[in-house]
Amino acid sequence: MRRPRRGGGGPGTAVPAVHTGRVNAVPAVVVDGLTRSYGDVRAVDGLSLTVPAGSVCALLGPNGAGKTTLVECIEGFRAPDAGRVRVLGLDPWRDRDRVLPRMGVLLQEGGTYKAATPRELLRLFARFYPHPADPDDLLARLDLTAAAGARLRTLSGGQQQRVALALALVGRPELLVLDEPTTGVDPHARRAVWTLLRDLRAAGTTILFSTHQLAEAEQEADLVAVIDRGRLRALDSPAALVAGGGDGRLVVTGAPATDPAAVAADLAAAVGAAVTPDGPGRWTVAAGPAAIAAVSAWFAARGLPLSGITAGAPDLEDVFLRLTSPNAAAPREPAPTGRRHRP
Amino acid sequence: MELRLTLRNGENLLVTFGIPLGLLVFLARVDVVPRAPGDPLAFLVPGVLALSVMSSAMVALAIATGFERSWLVLKRLGATPLRRGELIAAKSLAVLAILAVQVVAVLAVATGVLGYRPGAGALWLVPVALGLGTAAFAGLGLAMAGGLPASTTLALANGLYVVLLLVSGLVFPLDRLPGWLAARRRGPARRGARRPAARGSRRRGCGRGGDRPRGPGGLGGRRRRAGRARLPLGVRRGPGPGGPSPEPGRSGRTGCLP
Repeated sequence: MRRPRRGGGGPGTAVPAVHTGRVNAVPAVVVDGLTRSYGDVRAVDGLSLTVPAGSVCALLGPNGAGKTTLVECIEGFRAPDAGRVRVLGLDPWRDRDRVLPRMGVLLQEGGTYKAATPRELLRLFARFYPHPADPDDLLARLDLTAAAGARLRTLSGGQQQRVALALALVGRPELLVLDEPTTGVDPHARRAVWTLLRDLRAAGTTILFSTHQLAEAEQEADLVAVIDRGRLRALDSPAALVAGGGDGRLVVTGAPATDPAAVAADLAAAVGAAVTPDGPGRWTVAAGPAAIAAVSAWFAARGLPLSGITAGAPDLEDVFLRLTSPNAAAPREPAPTGRRHRP
Repeated sequence: MELRLTLRNGENLLVTFGIPLGLLVFLARVDVVPRAPGDPLAFLVPGVLALSVMSSAMVALAIATGFERSWLVLKRLGATPLRRGELIAAKSLAVLAILAVQVVAVLAVATGVLGYRPGAGALWLVPVALGLGTAAFAGLGLAMAGGLPASTTLALANGLYVVLLLVSGLVFPLDRLPGWLAARRRGPARRGARRPAARGSRRRGCGRGGDRPRGPGGLGGRRRRAGRARLPLGVRRGPGPGGPSPEPGRSGRTGCLP
């Protein structure tokens, strides 16, 4: 139960992320049909998600997609209206006394006494846990030693964020739940944060984090969950998501059109791919190089000047935008293709 | 930690030590405001003790807890193994520790500097009354902190402190206040007999000044107030906004603390 064997049989036998059940170990997080509403608004709507023990899972989604509500249900702050949440095999709402000592939490913001110093806070929080890490060591690893004796109110936003992260780590948790851990953190500190998180992951800690940094998710996560309007839109490894995300895009530039939106609509119908107008003479076509001929033919047939077509390789941002665009198909369970994660 | 953070806050020190002690010394030495007849200290010392209770149990606690809630400290603590009861116990101990220092300071100044000698009245009532007052005002303070935005709590706690300081008869004798205020405090005193009735009620109820100038006079008044403020104390025991359950209004049952 402690240290799960990730990808037990080697790289080729990646475990399906869903319904791992009792194959290897108890998954760190199992969310099954979770629904949580505020009044008439369904923040989370029948969402299912499994995070295998020892993996790093990124939660992506537009603002208001339900990420924080999902995270708070996992943290035991909220009870589900319907569905089931299991953290380390336990119900975080009912068994919180058994779950909380094994879980480290970073709230999206706040959570610290402004008049206290980082060292005081870490020592205080260390006393809450049975086997805490050494506060001074943690401060050093997060590059906070110089600020350890200053009141939090006087620290920069990035430093405060790292203090909050240190508080999440001080109890040596098996599961880390981090709501936007690197928001407001400068690039150097972000590297320090991820170096530390990678070490923890290598030691077997499961990390579930939400982020708006797609590059961060692509680089650091084994598993990316894309959430939109309370539902899971995709759950896969970043590589598989990008591979399944279409052929990339074409950026088409030409003479400024009087009605770029109309051009986009006509072009989309002709090419059979989504087209978004980026400006008076610039459109992005959600298609690969194969569509170049169709695009240029369309412009030629209309006598419209065309100055360039650039093909771009797909990345996670394309996938994300496609999955979460307002006119995306009604959210369903994620496609069954390649529901695998990197071992 | 609670204690350390409280003491670190300059405004807290002012409200918990500065104002009560300052009033005690100033009013005992300088004859500018209307006083009760008899030894001013016998009236002032119990009143200032009650004021100390109000400052540490209500004002300081409410403001600190209110801001902890708005900074999401309470929510964050809810995600640690710390239990709700342990947090409340820590807060209670911090309040009691500060109160103990306040009482010692007030009595030291009163007896040492000003020459106050308590009478032989029911001295055992002093800790009982202090305890009741602390519980009542702490309940009120936590109820405010739990249910209102932090800045509203700050304003309301300070405002209540000033209003009660002025009109509750703790520091300024009731019958020296403007007639309409005094009448309101006294309740259904008949117009013609207002003054004698007031004095009589003061003797029976508040037991201050006049015939019984010494000892733990003023306790009656404090206990009456304790009784009246018991409602928020009840709220604190329940699952409602009194305890440090964060943002009860916004999200219903958040259950941040176990």
